[in-house]
Amino acid sequence: MAKIISKINPRSPEFIENAQAMQVQVDDLKEKLKKIKLGGGQRSRDRHLSRGKLLPRDRVNALLDSGSPFLELSQLAAYEVYEDNVPSAGIITGLGRVGGQECIIVANDATVKGGTYYPLTVKKHIRAQTIAQENNLPCIYLVDSGGANLPNQDDVFPDKEHFGRIFFNQANMSAQAIPQIAVVMGSCTAGGAYVPAMADESIIVKEQGTIFLAGPPLVKAATGEVVSAEDLGGADVHCRTSGVADHYAQNDHHALEIARTAIANLNRVKPVAINIQPIQEPEYDSNEIYGVIPKDSRQPFDIREIIARVVDGSEFDEFKALYGTTLVCGFSRIFGYPVGIIANNGILFGESAQKGAHFIELCAQRKIPLVFLQNITGFMVGQQYEADGIAKHGAKMVTAVATAQVPKFTVLIGGSFGAGNYGMCGRAYDPRFLFMWPNARISVMGGEQAAGVLAQVKRDQKDKLGETWTEKEEADFKQPIIDNYEHQGHPYYASARLWDDGIIDPAETRQVLGLAISASLNKPIEDTKFGIFRM
Amino acid sequence: MSQIISKSAKMFTKILIANRGEIACRVIKTARKMGILTVAVYSDADANSLHVSMADEAIYLGPSPSRESYLLAEKVIEAAQRTGAQAIHPGYGFLSENADFCRMCEQRNIKFIGPPVGAIEAMGSKSAAKNIMEKAKVPLVPGYHGEDQSEAVIKKAADDMGYPVLLKATAGGGGKGMRQVWSEAEFSEGFAAAKREAKSSFGDDTMLVEKYLTQPRHVEIQVFCDNHKNAVFLFERDCSVQRRHQKVIEEAPAFGMSEELRNKMGESAIKSAQAIGYQGAGTVEFLLDVDGSFYFMEMNTRLQVEHPVTELITGQDLVEWQIRVAAGETLPKTQDELFIKGHAFEARIYAEDANNDFLPATGKLNFLQPPIENDFVRVDTGVRQGDEVSVFYDPMIAKLIVWDENREKALQRLAKALSEYRINGVTTNIDFLYNLATCPPFINEEIDTGFIEKYQNEIFHNDEQMLADELPMAALYLVLSLESKAKQAAEHTSDPYSPWNNTNAWRLNEAHIHHLILAHNDIEYPVTVEQKRQSSDSYYLITVANKTLDCQGRISEDTLHVSIDGYRSQATISRNGDEISLYRQNGAFNFTYIQPDCGNNDIDDANGGLLAPMNGTMVSVLIKAGDTVKKDQPLMIMEAMKMEHTIKAPSNGIVDSLYYAEGDMVDGGSELLAFTTQD
Repeated sequence: MAKIISKINPRSPEFIENAQAMQVQVDDLKEKLKKIKLGGGQRSRDRHLSRGKLLPRDRVNALLDSGSPFLELSQLAAYEVYEDNVPSAGIITGLGRVGGQECIIVANDATVKGGTYYPLTVKKHIRAQTIAQENNLPCIYLVDSGGANLPNQDDVFPDKEHFGRIFFNQANMSAQAIPQIAVVMGSCTAGGAYVPAMADESIIVKEQGTIFLAGPPLVKAATGEVVSAEDLGGADVHCRTSGVADHYAQNDHHALEIARTAIANLNRVKPVAINIQPIQEPEYDSNEIYGVIPKDSRQPFDIREIIARVVDGSEFDEFKALYGTTLVCGFSRIFGYPVGIIANNGILFGESAQKGAHFIELCAQRKIPLVFLQNITGFMVGQQYEADGIAKHGAKMVTAVATAQVPKFTVLIGGSFGAGNYGMCGRAYDPRFLFMWPNARISVMGGEQAAGVLAQVKRDQKDKLGETWTEKEEADFKQPIIDNYEHQGHPYYASARLWDDGIIDPAETRQVLGLAISASLNKPIEDTKFGIFRM
Repeated sequence: MSQIISKSAKMFTKILIANRGEIACRVIKTARKMGILTVAVYSDADANSLHVSMADEAIYLGPSPSRESYLLAEKVIEAAQRTGAQAIHPGYGFLSENADFCRMCEQRNIKFIGPPVGAIEAMGSKSAAKNIMEKAKVPLVPGYHGEDQSEAVIKKAADDMGYPVLLKATAGGGGKGMRQVWSEAEFSEGFAAAKREAKSSFGDDTMLVEKYLTQPRHVEIQVFCDNHKNAVFLFERDCSVQRRHQKVIEEAPAFGMSEELRNKMGESAIKSAQAIGYQGAGTVEFLLDVDGSFYFMEMNTRLQVEHPVTELITGQDLVEWQIRVAAGETLPKTQDELFIKGHAFEARIYAEDANNDFLPATGKLNFLQPPIENDFVRVDTGVRQGDEVSVFYDPMIAKLIVWDENREKALQRLAKALSEYRINGVTTNIDFLYNLATCPPFINEEIDTGFIEKYQNEIFHNDEQMLADELPMAALYLVLSLESKAKQAAEHTSDPYSPWNNTNAWRLNEAHIHHLILAHNDIEYPVTVEQKRQSSDSYYLITVANKTLDCQGRISEDTLHVSIDGYRSQATISRNGDEISLYRQNGAFNFTYIQPDCGNNDIDDANGGLLAPMNGTMVSVLIKAGDTVKKDQPLMIMEAMKMEHTIKAPSNGIVDSLYYAEGDMVDGGSELLAFTTQD
């Protein structure tokens, strides 16, 4: 394979300045996450611990195989979305090894608003299930939740992608032989009761876990019956009498051990049917990505410098290197897995879009996973390009991306604007995973452009009415629009709303992609049937 | 070599070994070398033992308890007659010092490979033996055992023998009525106090006085006599390091022995043997005082457990000598032909828990790998991997014997060989032996019979300070071995290079930290290991008690190579489940990797039964079926290897029925009684 030769000098002042700028953003991210990872406040954590329960992150750690990586999803979920502070949307989701299997773990954080489901909690839970379903990964639910967050019930309960979808997914995954294991480590009330009830196997912790459709207060109100939570739906009731739970655990550790055993007994074999090779570390240090990304996002850079710091041995066999050069396509390996890389190196032209579509066809036919490195301001505009059919060329690429059945992975490493987002496998195009770098921005177009378009419309109106509009007035008109785009296009805003699966440290891109690609291989790669390409 | 007589017509063609375990194997080896066929005997427990498979023939004796098998003199003799064995080697223990057995052999015309009946009988009684020795002018610990109990007479005796002296109640025991008197001036006061205590404890204030040896050593002389009036001594062994009167590490020659003292003791020992008309191998045990005076303790009329150290420094095969002498040959060597060459140690490897008052351990030897034997290292054992260490017999697994040209080198050999000994499945004293062999007072020859008690802290590493390097090493070992195990496992999967195979505790946007809890001497230490990467090398930040060390390491075979804050060193590691032992220059360090507490998995709690904590004998049953008992009330007492263990009630309740009676043998884990909890 051909090695990428880096032309970057890590000692140059630009590099050092760039690296510092990225460092500030990464530090800010980690600083924010440090607080978020604590979950609820000190008092609710203390109360949780005093009941002999493990904190949710410790539960996840204890559930995982010793030393297993944990690819946590959407750590920033619900960040500054609600009036309440709901760290990580009160639910921890991610991928980890349990009993030798890559699994999806969904753990309620009862220290955050009693583990109740806010709208984004539901979205995050369902997203984890979607990942499980798309990648054929067993699900382990560590349940400790008071159910739907009642003040937000209208955004939690009724719609298709709301609470009910959780159980719909459980049933359908179970039907697809995707194991569903529930560990009841706290309350499991009302709808929540269906998580263990619909699980393939369920475990309940004595004197901690309770499962009931209606809790003691509601029972009393409804029928006048006075009963303790434990007698109503504790471990003894469900393991000895009702049969709602299958395994009786003495404490959290015991319950997690039983869950590990349940997974180890699944008799699943990962069907890795692609050509794999021993791993080679990249020739260039991944940390150097910091210095490669220009401090000023408008400055261009050679995307190959990033690829060289992500792929095995910095080896990259480029496809159509001399044609449609604003889109870089080629074959590489990440952690020994073959990948086709599609990366922006400028604006998309008709040629680059056709090249992209062609390359996606190659990978789909050869069953090679696709990695999109997205840094795109959009497709080229203008009379000449419209006349050349940029729309149909763009459509070819979008068709190819939309219908390709190989696992797709998208990393937003810079801008993600307009139709470029579609062609480069944005969220709507079902990449198995989508991650953002802290410097990335996402919106229908750049803030400047949007403000410019809106200002132009406004000026046209004013012109029609014969009104005047000063430069100053125009600038005042544009600034809030620019600010708003900057705010809403920021990764924190995006990640808080689950437009992605998380913000990652650019230096960890290789690691994250490796884990994601490997997990996706739990599902055999299907044949692709493309749609009609407009010729 | 001139005296070695070629095999005479009288040499046995077949012998029976009336023993088991390592000594039976040891005897079989020599017999085979001499062209003599061997017959083993065995009990139920030993049906598949090493000694049975090594022998040419084997005869079943009976059930596992030794009184129903190895101690049945009649059956052993019948076995010899049935197989046509002309002689019986009794080994040590069992029938080896049993005069009746020896007599029976004589009557049935089977040669007993050991001393004549008279010699066994003479040494059988300690007081009678002392009388004989006194007459033979063998020095005894000076003492007064007279009937005249006046203070003046007893004080005179004390003055004569010199202070310090020990006043003892004749009826005494357990330290009661015992007094050390350090000078003439203290005598009266001490005498009165001892008498008072004796009177109140035993109702009898008869006192005796003996010279008190402050730092006695246990030094014994190996003697050999034939029936041609020849006698030699094969020098001495120092067996001072003892715990509960059981030898732990023996060495030969004794350190600090002058040629003169050695000869004096040797001649004394020969005199002792000759005084009772001895034949064959015998050992005369002396107490050796710091001033070089020595006193007769007792004579063992058999081959000693620790005979191999003598063999290694003299180059002689003592079992061969025994067989030749028994066959009527003269001693293979004269005194002039015997020399000491180099230094040897023997360490007794036992199934026991040195950290728990040497409680005997039992179990299956799931993994057994002794160090490689060569000119320097010898392993005498009677067990193989997969064998059971049962309650029925001595829980000795093996004797590790090492030799080198001097004490220092031999001691290094011992430590190294101990660190290479791998036994899984059973708790052993290997760490303890290693700690002994590496502790400075042992190296510096500051040894007397009180050694283990005196240097407890050094031996058991009770000082936390010492763990500054060892805790991080143990933690690093755990993380590295997790890594290599995962790597090996991954090789056999369809996805060998997956990053999911890593055990680096990788986390998104945070440090990758392993949280471990390691216990040493029952104290738990939380340790964090943060896995870092610099280019393609991993390094680890290990934090114990707020102190962070920068560590790197790798495991090759059993050795952990580490660099801790730039200091490179290594340790040999032995892992037995969650038990990890680090063998370093300064000692063995045992850590327990504490796993999360999963609670009591038994869904039905205390109700039910009580299980025997170990194999043993039911000594006494303190309750009857139907009794109501209180929590912690003693219910039964079991004994295993001279240790008593009390079974207590787990809670208030009723004993429904009893499954064992006094005197019954109990297997570890068996249900002892049925019990119902009551509030």
